[in-house]
Amino acid sequence: MKRFGALLLLPLAGLLTGCDMVVLAPAGDVAAQQRDLLVVSTVLMLIIIVPVMALTVFFAWRYRQSNASATYAPDWDHSTKLELVIWAAPLLIIICLGALTWLGTHLLDPYRRIGRIEPGQPVTQLHKPLRVEVVALDWKWLFIYPDYGIASVNELAAPVNQPIDFRITSSAVMNSFYIPALAGQIYAMPAMETKLHAVINRPGTYSGFSANYSGAGFSGMRFAFHGLSDQAFDQWVAQARTASAALSRDSYLELEKPSENEPVRHYASVDPDLYGAILNLCVERGKMCMNEMMSIDAKGGLGLAGIRNTLPLQYDKLARRGAVFGNDPSYVASICTAEEAAAAARAASDATPADWPMKNLSPLRGAGLLRPGAESRRAEADAPSLGLLRREL
Amino acid sequence: MPDTLTKFIFGRLTWESLPLHEPIVVATFVAVALGGIALLGVITYFKLWTYLWREWFTSVDHKKIGIMYMVLGLVMLLRGFSDAIMMRLQQAIAFNGSEGYLNSHHYDQIFTAHGVIMIFFVAMPFVTGLMNFVVPLQIGARDVSFPFLNNFSFWMTVGGAILVMASLFVGEFARTGWLAYPPLSGIGYSPDVGVDYYIWALQVAGVGTTLSGINLICTIVKMRAPGMTMMRMPIFTWTSLCTNVLIVASFPVLTAVLSMLALDRYVGTNFFTNDFGGNPMMYVNLIWIWGHPEVYILILPLFGVFSEVTSTFSGKRLFGYTSMVYATIVITILSYLVWLHHFFTMGSGASVNSFFGITTMIISIPTGAKIFNWLFTMYRGRIRFELPMMWTVAFMLTFTVGGMTGVLLAVPPADFVLHNSLFLIAHFHNVIIGGVLFGLFAGIAYWWPKAFGFKLDPFWGKVSFWCWVVGFWFAFMPLYILGLMGVTRRMRVFDDPSLQIWFVIAAFGAVLIACGIAAFLVQIFVSIRRREALADPTGDPWDGRTLEWSTSSPPPAYNFAFTPVIRDNDAWWDMKQAGYVRPLAGFRPIHMPSNTGTGIILAAFSVALGFGLIWYIWWLAALSFVCLIATAIGHTFNYHRDFHIPAAEVTRTEQARTTLLAAQG
Repeated sequence: MKRFGALLLLPLAGLLTGCDMVVLAPAGDVAAQQRDLLVVSTVLMLIIIVPVMALTVFFAWRYRQSNASATYAPDWDHSTKLELVIWAAPLLIIICLGALTWLGTHLLDPYRRIGRIEPGQPVTQLHKPLRVEVVALDWKWLFIYPDYGIASVNELAAPVNQPIDFRITSSAVMNSFYIPALAGQIYAMPAMETKLHAVINRPGTYSGFSANYSGAGFSGMRFAFHGLSDQAFDQWVAQARTASAALSRDSYLELEKPSENEPVRHYASVDPDLYGAILNLCVERGKMCMNEMMSIDAKGGLGLAGIRNTLPLQYDKLARRGAVFGNDPSYVASICTAEEAAAAARAASDATPADWPMKNLSPLRGAGLLRPGAESRRAEADAPSLGLLRREL
Repeated sequence: MPDTLTKFIFGRLTWESLPLHEPIVVATFVAVALGGIALLGVITYFKLWTYLWREWFTSVDHKKIGIMYMVLGLVMLLRGFSDAIMMRLQQAIAFNGSEGYLNSHHYDQIFTAHGVIMIFFVAMPFVTGLMNFVVPLQIGARDVSFPFLNNFSFWMTVGGAILVMASLFVGEFARTGWLAYPPLSGIGYSPDVGVDYYIWALQVAGVGTTLSGINLICTIVKMRAPGMTMMRMPIFTWTSLCTNVLIVASFPVLTAVLSMLALDRYVGTNFFTNDFGGNPMMYVNLIWIWGHPEVYILILPLFGVFSEVTSTFSGKRLFGYTSMVYATIVITILSYLVWLHHFFTMGSGASVNSFFGITTMIISIPTGAKIFNWLFTMYRGRIRFELPMMWTVAFMLTFTVGGMTGVLLAVPPADFVLHNSLFLIAHFHNVIIGGVLFGLFAGIAYWWPKAFGFKLDPFWGKVSFWCWVVGFWFAFMPLYILGLMGVTRRMRVFDDPSLQIWFVIAAFGAVLIACGIAAFLVQIFVSIRRREALADPTGDPWDGRTLEWSTSSPPPAYNFAFTPVIRDNDAWWDMKQAGYVRPLAGFRPIHMPSNTGTGIILAAFSVALGFGLIWYIWWLAALSFVCLIATAIGHTFNYHRDFHIPAAEVTRTEQARTTLLAAQG
């Protein structure tokens, strides 16, 4: 068996030199540190794994039945010293590995701003991080550059040796944002935001993809990540600005529809509120933003009337809505009981916020939102809206 | 017929639900249908129906139920493996613009079904079957605590398997991955019947698993032979006890989380939806609170098998029995404290991630201690390399590698680069094949003579062994490498041609494993043909150490004519050393449970209930639910639950064995 195994390894070794182990030879400092941790942990464990495997083979050979010269001790079943060793040896390794894990996990926390560009070069005031807002769509990636007001689909570019701050979310189902050459992955989840901080050190084109199965078009959910020199990045931005398309709420809703193997696309301008609206599931007209709902809930909720106010809270829009026995969605269009009508009347003249929510009924409709299906959201932008607080918060 | 009436009768089941447009499925269906008709024909021709019904289907004998579990596991292994080989083939050819031969609708069902079937309907029945067969024999009991419940548990597991199999031909299976993460598995993104099949198959089977767990805990706690204190129990019984504690404590979580998913899908609740502040993260947490203990549910009993096998074939007491027991208990407890390591990448804080990473690593300490204990059991032994021992050595070499990559994945920053990659796939196949499956083959080869009275053919066993071991390394080492090349799981097509060679090697490994499975089937067939030559009249073919080897092979229905008295943890070895003499007279009538068909009937109604719920055939669901409850209540009025085997029959059975043993000299 041993001889057989050794022979098999030869062609494998040849193959291994030929392939691109991006995880072991990344181009970004964060991924490189993660690789280092991987290698150190492996070596630590090999300290115990190799002797165990060698002993297994050796004992199996030495104490085979046909070897009558080996000692046979059928009743020997305990040795305090040995027991101490076999519990202590793995324990010591795990103590080292545990310490390494604690440190490594905190230092390489994806939410933590990176401290260095590469070994020996700390991040200074001069390094202005590039902000990128990432949205996983069915089944393509949208990248918004808020500092430049541009966006791209299935193509990401960043200047080398500059910190990148990713804000990541998803439109419908869970995905995982992963560029092996740059840094480890993190999930992209609807209505939630995850963060990733990284830097790319070598120019080049690397592949990025979703690492969490998300449905039919998952295999094609790949994008190119360009690490560019500063000038090349500026050119890339300039070129994106020449694109004819603009990313508004309407064009986003069009883009959001499931599609597979999307070609690269650029947008010369982006609605500045769009990412926040995507994150809060309220790009579609008439939907209450998640943060609005949370603010309302934090103030005690909408009371019984809220039970009826379900249409603005239904977000999944691309497939069937509602369960077999579920209620039909409804929304509150006006207030009908005498008490509520009276409260509404008082609310118009009396503006003290003490007896909210009876005073101000607009939160019932989503705090400044229009009725579902109504024409324009912007028309009411002057009305007090929790949604507009989003940016200030 | 008016539309509403059709809809009432058939729910959403229509002609379009039958996958007649998928040639692969149609061909499979034809093959299965022909095979099924042939099987039914043979059974009818040889008038086996009454025999099967009386002696097997309605049997409450733990040995027969154990064997039926093993048969279920084997049948489902063939299904689960055909899914595996289809995936390997697809991934080996879908390069350079080729779409392969599977579209995403089909491929996504295959990898989901592969995972679900291998875990729930292959590994679980195998493990439960082994425990069912062996535990009562090892503790000197005549059956489990609740024999009817045991039969019912088995048929519920079959019920779940039937629903999964039905999804192949009627409708479709889930396209969500084996854990069906929402929102993808919610009604909004999976409106078809696939996820409903998933939910109800697991719920039906889950009832069986939970009840079987309760049953075996009671059996081990209450039914040990006199003198068998906890610290004299065989290690396999210990690991079974811990496994069943895990089952009872974790399967209700699965039942609850799937119920919540079902409520989301059926009545419009919002536990895990994007709507109304529902949160899919809760599902991921809950399912892994079940899911991580589940992997220990699978591996612990096999750790027990390896302990028994190493000690028996080394002709030596197990080294460090006490530390083995405590290691098992520590693993049991710790397995509840690690679930978050399955989703470090969800963005928990660094402290949370480190906590779960470190608890995961701590599990490797007792596991390492176990490996050392087996090692020092071999040390100064006289190792006979029969099949079970070969599997054990292969396990020790394979599993350590899997354990190492597992600890690697427990380091959160390392997990960030390897999570969901083929490295992860290679890791868990490394421990599940290298641990669970190798252990099952060791256990099957080890206890087969006890179950049937003849050994398995060693030649075909060795062919199967080498195909499996070499095939495993060929199939999964390339996946480790691909993982390091940044290739993620569940991909259907690839655009980087340099990856192809590795997938081709992996596919070759899968073919070798297919040969291993075929050789195993041939081994069973050949062994049955050569049963006279392979016969073991002694009941103790391996010079065993635990109680199951003290009785005949196959054991009589009552297992032990007299309940043995235990003085040592290698009870049978101790009895042999002390010059044990089999009692030949003084037999008394033995109190035994009666067979009943209620289990199979209840399970049949459960399948009908599940089918009705899946297809929205509400009248069927309601009717079968009422029948289910009525049958269960009706069964409480069944007073013919037990009988006595007359002393004369016991004497006859024991006399026959005396003659057989005397013929051996």
